[in-house]
Amino acid sequence: MARYILTRLLSLLISLTVASAVIFALIEIIPGDPAAFMLGINAQDDTIAALRAELGLDTSPLERYFGWVSGMVTGDFGTSYTYRTPISEMIAERLWISLPLALIALALSTLIAFPVGILAASKRGSLTDTIVMGFTQLGVAIPNFWFAMLMVLVFAINLRWFSAGGFPGWDEGLFTGLKALTLPAISLALPQASILARVMRSALVDTLDEDFMRTARAKGLNRRQAIQRHALRNAMIPVLTIIGLQFSFLLAGAIIIENVFFLPGLGRLVFQAISQRDLIVVESVVMLLVFAVIVVNFAVDIAYVLVDPRLRRQG
Amino acid sequence: MKFKALTSAAALVVLAGTAQADTGLIVGLQLEPPHLDPTSAAAGAIDQVLYSNVFEGLTRFGPDGSVNPGLAASWDISEDGLRYTFNLREGVAFHDGTAMDAEDVVFSLDRARAEDSTNAQKALFAEIEGVEAVDPTTVRVTLSTANGSFLFNMAWGDAVIVASESIENIKTNPVGTGAFKFSNWVQGDQIELVRNEDYWGTPANLETATFKFISDPTAAFAAMMAEDVDVFYSYPAPENLPQFEADARFEVLVGSSEGETILAINNLMEPFTDVRVRKAVAHAIDRQAIIDGAMFGLGTPIGTHFAPHNPDYVDLTSNSQYDPELAKSLLTEAGYPDGFTTTLKLPPPSYARRGGEIIASQLRAVGIQTEISNLEWAQWLEQVFRGKDFGLTIVSHTEPFDIGIYARPEYYFQYDNADFQSLIKDLTAETDPAKRSELIAMAQTIISNDYVNGYLFQLAVPTVVKAGIQGIWSDAPTQAIDLTAVSWSN
Amino acid sequence: MKTNRNLVVGAALTGFFTIAALISFLWVPYDIEALNIADRMKTPSFSHLLGTDHFGRDILSMVMIGARTSIAVALVAVGIGMGLGVPLGLAAAARKGSLLDELIGRGNDLVFAFPSLLIAILITATFGPSALNAIIAIGIFNVPVFARLTRGSALSIWKRDFILAARVSGKNSAQISVEHILPNLSSLLIVQGTIQFSLAILAEAALSYVGLGAQPPTPSWGRMLADSQTMISLAPHLALAPGLAIVFTVLGLNLLGDGFRDVFDPRLRRGRT
Repeated sequence: MARYILTRLLSLLISLTVASAVIFALIEIIPGDPAAFMLGINAQDDTIAALRAELGLDTSPLERYFGWVSGMVTGDFGTSYTYRTPISEMIAERLWISLPLALIALALSTLIAFPVGILAASKRGSLTDTIVMGFTQLGVAIPNFWFAMLMVLVFAINLRWFSAGGFPGWDEGLFTGLKALTLPAISLALPQASILARVMRSALVDTLDEDFMRTARAKGLNRRQAIQRHALRNAMIPVLTIIGLQFSFLLAGAIIIENVFFLPGLGRLVFQAISQRDLIVVESVVMLLVFAVIVVNFAVDIAYVLVDPRLRRQG
Repeated sequence: MKFKALTSAAALVVLAGTAQADTGLIVGLQLEPPHLDPTSAAAGAIDQVLYSNVFEGLTRFGPDGSVNPGLAASWDISEDGLRYTFNLREGVAFHDGTAMDAEDVVFSLDRARAEDSTNAQKALFAEIEGVEAVDPTTVRVTLSTANGSFLFNMAWGDAVIVASESIENIKTNPVGTGAFKFSNWVQGDQIELVRNEDYWGTPANLETATFKFISDPTAAFAAMMAEDVDVFYSYPAPENLPQFEADARFEVLVGSSEGETILAINNLMEPFTDVRVRKAVAHAIDRQAIIDGAMFGLGTPIGTHFAPHNPDYVDLTSNSQYDPELAKSLLTEAGYPDGFTTTLKLPPPSYARRGGEIIASQLRAVGIQTEISNLEWAQWLEQVFRGKDFGLTIVSHTEPFDIGIYARPEYYFQYDNADFQSLIKDLTAETDPAKRSELIAMAQTIISNDYVNGYLFQLAVPTVVKAGIQGIWSDAPTQAIDLTAVSWSN
Repeated sequence: MKTNRNLVVGAALTGFFTIAALISFLWVPYDIEALNIADRMKTPSFSHLLGTDHFGRDILSMVMIGARTSIAVALVAVGIGMGLGVPLGLAAAARKGSLLDELIGRGNDLVFAFPSLLIAILITATFGPSALNAIIAIGIFNVPVFARLTRGSALSIWKRDFILAARVSGKNSAQISVEHILPNLSSLLIVQGTIQFSLAILAEAALSYVGLGAQPPTPSWGRMLADSQTMISLAPHLALAPGLAIVFTVLGLNLLGDGFRDVFDPRLRRGRT
């Protein structure tokens, strides 16, 4: 067991190293000079050179790569080219929006998906099942940014219940903050809820067919009791796996929604940083997201093995 | 009694609430400044927020684009135009309490023209040979060659006076001499300014000024409609303006800007080296259709690279009337009876993206095929502006009085005409207003006759204002939102 | 009977948009390259069934040609994913437990760990926006999907008796993979391919919505949505037609995928995500 964990740890380190190199290389070859971008069209060449020197862009890529990696190991992400503030501070500030947004969306999606999935599974084959599952098919097919646009049209422009975008800051009060995140969270949650409901249903249906469920029914439990006592627990593994996947997706995948609603979150930070060629910010945020996924995967792998050593050679 | 007391308390609260609101102003802006130092970046958003409000220069722009005294109350110019003696205002202090004197002017100008300067408009300072403090309120600037627009140059946001004491943190905590002090910046959302109670001049009417950054046009529309912002400066979606005009709560000001929007042509790329081909492009374009289609009617057609509201403007639009038949015959004459294919690279603003699709369709009608690529600004700067890898592009040149770029053969559209270059040299040295006007008219005519670029329209600046606000500049002679004279009428 | 309903509805929707795309090569109601500003933002009428856009172009014609763009980009992207992913998966299965297997497995994990939309944006920032770069960006993230699926299913087939027989007859593992394993995977790959196809249509829409897909004047559904965004309060129909086109195409493909699954192997009823 210890040896297994050790090899997995080694491969984790290798993955992270490869990832950092890939990210750095990918971002390094993007054409466009941050200094030229910042100084605009009337800038003279010597001015651009001076700014490049000020930003530390005149050193070799290899030097910058090692500077970046060694900084990150000690928790120092460097300083943004455009904003001239420490990147770790910027990320922390943006996380205060992205993290709550992802959590609310996830909570919403779970709250919708569980009852819907259970309902459909327990009435498998019925008209209810068909209708509910039809809606989830639709939910999976709707592009979330389009759904967001429609919600802005209805709830922000026509009804004026919500503002169409922006984030007033948590200083303005919890309610104001949550209100600003409502429409974005719903747009993010809808497709996720549909997916989760479908997974929930099929996982439940699968367990309903298994022997222990027949035994449970034979023991005199009715369908509802059987589902509550036995099937749900067994269906949780695929459902939790999907929830875990969705969380990392929501954190990174909210870029478009953050742009539609103009939320100053992590996604918009990267999007802006790319167009401003604030490359060091892009590198750090992408690395952070990749790091999060790789480490979570690692933890999940280890957890599975601890629970069931037979799983070791799969995957 | 109790009830009455309660209601009057409520009334008081309401009154206090409105009074509070009336002395503050929330200005919507599309772009957020990357940082707050107007002297080391090109981002127009920095000037929009800070110029004249927080930072001031020796001279300053008036609402009509005239150059007025700023921190310099007056000046003397030597006979040969080489020596400027500025008499600074007395008793001016920076927001941190330190005095603004001649040493600060020397520091600011020397910093801007230094070897390692990161000033985006370093050319403004190119003729300065020396800056010296004669006494605390007198500064003498010596030029290497006479420059008729030196006072104009000193009014730019890139030439504002900063202090050596506060320069280190200028990017996050700007300290100037203006009627407003920087208060707070919530990155990604807003910047707050508060009134400078110790201002040397007429103090501002507004107690606070908040700039809110809303880049998305839909969000801008909703924010304005919900009255979350009081003014939206340079409103990004002209298609929505009729809705504001129809609403009694709002007023729409359409002002002129310095933005000549052109279809820039790579003069060194085949087949555009042939003036007949450039002329054909110019005649293939229907300006009015572009103004209607891309800007929903907002904008003034131009026939040369000059702002129509300027008294020296010459209307040369008839030089390039929409005439597709003429365009076709010019192409045949130039040896392209079946047209040709070129690239059309478009930066992000909607005038370029929408205008580009319309121009592509108009050019196709005379046989010129275009491959459109939509670029980000960084890509545009790299490929088009620095790399000169383009056939056609659309861009608005927003710098005031920038016809001089046609005298720089290395400039991205690569127009090289010795006559024009010597004309601009004469113009720069000329200080007599009448003669200057004459030279300016000649310059406009030369580039129009050479069909250097396709001249489309002067960008208009629509500002949506809540009714009852006075003193907003409708024109944009510079990229600044001068709030010093803004007030609510009650 | 329920099984066939998925298949029938899915095939009908998919067929509808495919046919619309095919017809657009030969005929569309109006020439979309000629703009007619005077006629812009008209609501649906008999002359323009879906109305006109902000340049006065016929939206029906735009949606038809947009279908072509979406389908072509998605098809090629999934093709890339399959073309690279399936051989990788077969190789990993054939050399189970080897260094190659480990490398492919970890490589898959690594690709999965990257935020796909961000990487797509970076790719277009590097090479410029075009339909081709959208295809590459979407294609890359399809590779590990097919590689994992192929490896997993191939492993179970390797255990079957007829493979042993093939081994005994002297075939090497590459031959076995191609001649015996792959044919047994075909129905599974068709099902997954259909699903990935629908995801690729969504991805293409998202990319062109942020301005990174096919460039104008080639219409694309995502860009039509982006263009309509500021006009949504003036003319909501501009946003409805392309949006619904995306929804129904994706819906059709998903139903088709489910239908295929039911037809090929009722036991292959894995939770669709």
